[in-house]
Amino acid sequence: MTLAEILASLFPDGHSVVVENGLVTGGGSLDGHPLHVVGIDGTTPLGVDEALTLSAAVLEAIRAGDRAPILVAIDSDSQRMSRRDELLGLNECLAHLAKSLLLANHSGHPTIGLIYGHSAAGAFIATALATRVLAALPGAHPSVMDLPSVARVTKLPLDKLEDMAKSTPVFAPGLDNMVATGAVHVVLDPGKPLDGQIRNLIGNLPQGDHRDRLGRERGGRPAAQDVAARVAEQARGA
Amino acid sequence: MALPDPNAVSWYEATARQRLSAFLDAGTFVEFLGPAERRMSPHLPLFDLPRAFDDGIVTGRGTLDGKPVLIAAQEGRFMGGAFGEVHGGKLVGLLRAALDVKPDAVLILLDTGGVRLQEANAGETAIAETMRAIVDARAAGVPVIGLIGGRSGCYGGGGLIAGTCSRLAVSESGRISVSGPEVIETNKGAEEFDSRDRALVWRTMGGKHRRLIGGADAYVDDSVSAFRAAALDLIGHAPAFDLATLDAEQARLESRLVRFGDCRDATEIWARLGVNDPDAIPSMTTAAFAETVAGVTEASHDAR
Repeated sequence: MTLAEILASLFPDGHSVVVENGLVTGGGSLDGHPLHVVGIDGTTPLGVDEALTLSAAVLEAIRAGDRAPILVAIDSDSQRMSRRDELLGLNECLAHLAKSLLLANHSGHPTIGLIYGHSAAGAFIATALATRVLAALPGAHPSVMDLPSVARVTKLPLDKLEDMAKSTPVFAPGLDNMVATGAVHVVLDPGKPLDGQIRNLIGNLPQGDHRDRLGRERGGRPAAQDVAARVAEQARGA
Repeated sequence: MALPDPNAVSWYEATARQRLSAFLDAGTFVEFLGPAERRMSPHLPLFDLPRAFDDGIVTGRGTLDGKPVLIAAQEGRFMGGAFGEVHGGKLVGLLRAALDVKPDAVLILLDTGGVRLQEANAGETAIAETMRAIVDARAAGVPVIGLIGGRSGCYGGGGLIAGTCSRLAVSESGRISVSGPEVIETNKGAEEFDSRDRALVWRTMGGKHRRLIGGADAYVDDSVSAFRAAALDLIGHAPAFDLATLDAEQARLESRLVRFGDCRDATEIWARLGVNDPDAIPSMTTAAFAETVAGVTEASHDAR
């Protein structure tokens, strides 16, 4: 689905969402209650300028004090890879955006990620993965790094990696693999109106962070939940 | 066995375990899920790669000048300190326990190239879980302090974790960045970033630049004792995690982009910050650099 199709399905009565230089801000009404929208469209890279524009919108929503849900709609590139962005502290700007979304959640705003296109690496962590619950639409293709780059870094032949990717969800790009690790909570049905599906998500928000449990149940991350639980248990012991 | 003298131990040269034993009060470290439990990566054998009994991170508790702390140290010599599934799970578990244990601080000795590509999806998700757990700890009043000065620096998702901590201490070797020099060069060309130009790497991502622009809160010598002293000081000055802090951080970062957004090199930024002789910064001693930092308003703040 395109962003326009998503917004039309989500807000049948209209909305105020605008896209400027690939950055999405605005909102609409869901069941007569406000729903804020922030995001990235058009596979736009997330650099220092973009991150601060989005974090400003999130902080403004928190300041409004309405505890309205925030939808984070994502079709991004990776972080912008440049000398300028790193010189200016890209790590601080991306962390600041993630912290703004996490603060919104702490302040009573349900945060819902919706990945409908691409996202990768630092851009994915700072946006979609910083929400309370992350949904996806079929056709979304999140990744950490594309397979040719993985081949270059790991010095493994690409055809071997492509072969391994079929049976090993833990390293291969793609939506199914991110579902298997628990990073993506649910895949929505584009054939049904999105307003009801988002409303259901908001009504059934997970308490706490259950991504490692989902990863174990779905087989994409067999060890993480047990490892975290064991460490926490030993830390809580005398 | 004689304990190492923390003044003599180079943070950069030490292993994660050597850092921990010299950093904490002598004899107080208790490890969680230690190497005897053999919790190794379930994925590395698929790539015919050797595993480590601790998956490249040491987690536990101890005291620092008598204060109870939870602590994690990444081993930059194993897979570049990168986040795999078990590695990440150990850090996440430690941070989650902080909500119940309420230590005086959680200390993270970061030494990482970011996500371990052989376990990329698990590593990426673990970084997101780590950031959420850091925020939960901070919101509950537990400071989370990052210490950065190891071989692998603090790259990729590690850079985002650093930016989520309450406070950061760095040494000169403490490079902090999202995209590493090689990644930028591979994707954008050597004209954009020549990764072999080591001076450029230090100027753009190194500890002195991060300290001057306010990306880190303390700059220390490359010794365990210097990191220890900095950590003790930072624990006492951790900002709250709330709207006021993030509003202040928004203003701080926006102002940085307005003032320095057109700079091509760190030396231009240092000049605009009021540093008299920017070209002298890279070779400055720690004491002289501390004097310079004291004259830079932007370097010290509560907006993180």
